[in-house]
Amino acid sequence: MTELDLTILFAGVVAGAAPIVLATLGETVTEKAGIINLSLDGTILLSAMAAFVVALETNNILLGFAFAALVGGIVAAIVAFFSIYLNQSQVAVGFVLTLMTRDLAYFLGNSYSRLQGPQVVPLPVPLLKDIPFFGQIFFNQNLLVYFSLAMIIFCWWYMYRTPLGLQLRSVGENPRASYARGINPKKLQMMYSICGGLLVGLAGATFSLSVKPGWGRPQGAEGVGWIALVLVIFGGWNPIKAAMGAYLFSFLQVIGIYCQGWLPSVPAQVFQVAPFPLMIFTLLVMSLAQKESVVNWAEDHIRMKSILAFFSGSVPTSLGKPFRQD
Amino acid sequence: MNLDGLLRAKLRLVKVIMKILSRYVFEGVLTLFAVLFFTTIILLVSGAPPFAAYYHIFKGSLGSWIKLGQVIQVWIPLTLCAAGLLYTFRIGLWNIGVEGQVMLGAVFTTAVLRIDAAKSMPMLFIGLSFLAGISGGAIWAIVAGVLKTKGGVNEIFAGLGLNFVGQGIILWLIFGPWRRPGIASMSGTELFPQELWLPIFPAFRLSPVGLVLALSALVLTALLLRYTHMGLNLKAIGNNRDAAYLFGLKPDRYMIIAMIFAGGFAGLAGSIQVAGVYHRLLPAISSNYGYLALLVVMLANYNVWITPLVAFFFACLNVGSIQLPMMLELDSSLSGVIQGTLVLATLAVYSWRIRGKMSGGDAAT
Repeated sequence: MTELDLTILFAGVVAGAAPIVLATLGETVTEKAGIINLSLDGTILLSAMAAFVVALETNNILLGFAFAALVGGIVAAIVAFFSIYLNQSQVAVGFVLTLMTRDLAYFLGNSYSRLQGPQVVPLPVPLLKDIPFFGQIFFNQNLLVYFSLAMIIFCWWYMYRTPLGLQLRSVGENPRASYARGINPKKLQMMYSICGGLLVGLAGATFSLSVKPGWGRPQGAEGVGWIALVLVIFGGWNPIKAAMGAYLFSFLQVIGIYCQGWLPSVPAQVFQVAPFPLMIFTLLVMSLAQKESVVNWAEDHIRMKSILAFFSGSVPTSLGKPFRQD
Repeated sequence: MNLDGLLRAKLRLVKVIMKILSRYVFEGVLTLFAVLFFTTIILLVSGAPPFAAYYHIFKGSLGSWIKLGQVIQVWIPLTLCAAGLLYTFRIGLWNIGVEGQVMLGAVFTTAVLRIDAAKSMPMLFIGLSFLAGISGGAIWAIVAGVLKTKGGVNEIFAGLGLNFVGQGIILWLIFGPWRRPGIASMSGTELFPQELWLPIFPAFRLSPVGLVLALSALVLTALLLRYTHMGLNLKAIGNNRDAAYLFGLKPDRYMIIAMIFAGGFAGLAGSIQVAGVYHRLLPAISSNYGYLALLVVMLANYNVWITPLVAFFFACLNVGSIQLPMMLELDSSLSGVIQGTLVLATLAVYSWRIRGKMSGGDAAT
């Protein structure tokens, strides 16, 4: 009985994490190339709305996903363009777009609120789904979950095992040096911002077509974009660690739902906002773990050192500082 | 000969003025045209008549004295938040937590006005509640500030997290300890007794106290930023933190000071919303004015005197677009789309000019 419960619990965690994983991977790619796309929270909503409306109107889920990815790519391109070619602050433009895309989503999606629409169907993988325990968790899902799992591996492999990935990291670390090596940092940063944006757009579509099907105000995906931005930091700009963070977050969310059942005396509002103090706390721990005094203290404690190593991630050196040619 | 020279100098002056004027007018027109173009497309996409929508926004905001009163009612908290943000922007902080600071101000104000004795001494308790509101906002700002300076947590994430926590606190209070006898609902806590409402101009349904406070906040901010050491130091740290530090300024301390001003003004805005507008605590008490104020200050290019003008325009859009759901069955979030597009278009046009200047400078050297 308990075993069955655990399977359902973890299958729920993996399914619920799919959009968060996609958004986190997208932002990791973008930031690794040196651009911060702060607009995630709004982009996810706008692409969720676009996916739902297109899928409903054309009755074609695939088209919905394509359109959502396009929306994500366009928003990311705006952020990158303003930063790279117009010298504007990425944070400022990203923040304006966060608000604007959200309002745009509410405005355009208004007449599609609370309609029954198409949804992604489950697609169990034959044979693999019969693996005890893990089969049910990982291979009795829909295509999106498999895609998100594959993207984790792909992003890591691309960044750390291919020459193109080396270029991607180099423009985020030192665009000047990569320029000297014959790489065009502006072009690459633009390109990887858009690639990241495509993934964020898919994350939005995953919400409205699978995890929280439908459209409404609120949709239910509000706030997730900010969580994804923090998970990128939590993951130390490493796709695998960032994805682990997304699963951890999804796990806490599912546990929260169970807790609400167990502890009816605690108001529901507490559970709704619980991720956010946790987010601040995580950032606080990560920042403190890198303080000099703490690092020195850990030198004498082998076990502490490995814990600290987990919390340390290297910020792409040129994150938020676009390349200036002079 | 002399006359000719004078005439030529005059002509040159006129030419320069015309050039500057035409540039600004041209840029302004270009920006507005871009915004109008984009918004019209959005309206057409959603199948709405664009001109009717613009007409309703205009008529709904400036069409009558009552509407103008409503606009000013929105302008007050927006201006207060924006004034506070001028301090934090000056030192280079992104105080995104201003939204939560408004909420905490509202919570603290409500807490004081709910005291039983308040009815018998309304003036005293309204005054106290405003002080409480200011402290509430300031406390929330200090939390974000300390997380930034001592904890190394980026103020954007700290502030944003605290906004959600603030929202959680309000919902918890409304559905928990402060719920209305009978049924708890999203409509908020019980109304305060009439004695505890701020007095209003009957014709405008507008509280003069709020208006006076917002105007004083503006003047105070202008004076402090321009004529005091504090204003200068904020700017110095914002422009070059390391140099300011070597000069003997303590960036951390000034960051907290800037946050206290921003939080205090935002908390005051929360007080006015509670005591002067809604007379109770609502889930949506902050109405996104904090987030909107960030756009206001950006569009005003961080200038104290342009800020209230932009805030007025944004308030018109907000109040006017309330008509859209009633008249055209559109979502009122169109105002947010227009505001965001306006900021982006302005940034684009502005940076285009700077870019031209920079490349010109490069060519000269």
